[in-house]
Amino acid sequence: MRALLDGPDALRGLRRVAGEIVERHRGVEDLLLVGIRRGGVPIAEILAEHLRELEGEVPLGTVDITLYRDDAATALPNPRIGPTQLPIPIAGRRIVLVDDVLFTGRTIRAALDAVLDYGRPERIELAVLIDRGGRELPIQADYVVKQVSVPPEERVDVYVRDGAPAAVIQSASSPSIPPGGPESAPENTP
Amino acid sequence: MTEPRQRHLLGIAGMSREVALSLLDTAKVFLEVTRRPVRKVPTLRGKTVLNLFFEASTRTRTSFELAGKRMGADVVNISASTSSTTKGETLHDTVATLDAMHADVVVIRHSASGAPHIVAQRSRAAVINAGDGMHEHPTQALLDAFTMRQHLGDDLSGKVVAICGDILHSRVARSNALLLPLLGARVRLAGPRTMLPHRARDLGWEVYDRIEPALEGADVVMMLRIQRERLGAALFPSLREYSRVWGLTGQRLALARPGALVMHPGPLNRGVEIAGDVADGPHSVILPQVEAGVAVRMAALYLCAGESGPPTAQE
Repeated sequence: MRALLDGPDALRGLRRVAGEIVERHRGVEDLLLVGIRRGGVPIAEILAEHLRELEGEVPLGTVDITLYRDDAATALPNPRIGPTQLPIPIAGRRIVLVDDVLFTGRTIRAALDAVLDYGRPERIELAVLIDRGGRELPIQADYVVKQVSVPPEERVDVYVRDGAPAAVIQSASSPSIPPGGPESAPENTP
Repeated sequence: MTEPRQRHLLGIAGMSREVALSLLDTAKVFLEVTRRPVRKVPTLRGKTVLNLFFEASTRTRTSFELAGKRMGADVVNISASTSSTTKGETLHDTVATLDAMHADVVVIRHSASGAPHIVAQRSRAAVINAGDGMHEHPTQALLDAFTMRQHLGDDLSGKVVAICGDILHSRVARSNALLLPLLGARVRLAGPRTMLPHRARDLGWEVYDRIEPALEGADVVMMLRIQRERLGAALFPSLREYSRVWGLTGQRLALARPGALVMHPGPLNRGVEIAGDVADGPHSVILPQVEAGVAVRMAALYLCAGESGPPTAQE
């Protein structure tokens, strides 16, 4: 396991991304942040805070992609599908989808389909903490905190502790990092 | 972690509390889907659901059909009058034929208890019981529990549910009497003595042969339909007599807890087991039950329709 992005750098990067969003959109009017469950939600929350400091309040929603996965019918049914919550009608809005790691692009494809079932936004953009390469679909991010090329046999894990996200690289076969970070792992993690 | 996946949904008997809760929680997500602008998810795209109904049903069949379509599956309805059974085909031959059509899920209703189990042993498809004889109707019990949780909160522990009417012939009563205790609720069964199962009391349910004491303090009152089609010999003198002694009126409902829910699996015999003004009254959740039915059946299809496999012949 090796570090890819530490907490302070992640926060600096997200502040920069918030600035880019504000600059491109000339403010935050009609903007809606949508975090992709579950990894994208805490990143979207931090981004919303930075946007609030820069310009003002931006509504924040979440989207769950379980039912829209391209392997949904063959994968083991997931009994813990989370809610998709969009606080306002999305028609005519400018949506920024937020995720922690961009890899194959399949999650983003599913999230696009899920969001579009709620209405017709003016446009949808994508912000991610880590773009690790390895795309299997023609999808790219509009805002990236850190871009890096990680081989397929390795995995990027993002965890949030004390309000700051951090990313590590490890072998794809190793167990996932718990949400609280590597040191918070209970002794008998399955 | 135990696997929540269900190969078949044949009944509540044998179902774990964990599986029941997983189904009920998953259904919440699908209820949200049925209220969106686009009431459809692509999850079961390319899958085929066969609705095989050997017994008349509009409500349950429509509910499964909508559930399948809202999950993105192709749904085919086959009813007894159009099927080859009228030409003498056996259940086994029908199943073999349907298997050759590569159904992923077979939803079956049959007048013979146990018919879905026979199909499950022979078919490659996942089988969902949509009501078999006087045996079980698991998705009805699940949608009833779902409706209760929507109105009373997720934890049904200690809630008192009075199920009233023709208990003996009711698969709805049986499935509910199995499911509700699993969720912590207390079940009271009330009906004329000729319509109560012999050993219900021995099996742990509270049994009443008058409706009034069963209603006292109840959180939920579930009225059952008088099933004229299933009653061979007359088990009670007349419908008017039955209504007078067993019908749910506003006056009787006042015995239940204030704000108690009134439920009915439908179709209603207005003025027989339930007074019209009670069915339409503020306590009634009969229409929310119908809405819950689609969401619960979407969850059942979702949890059953994985990859189809070899027949699960056992026993």
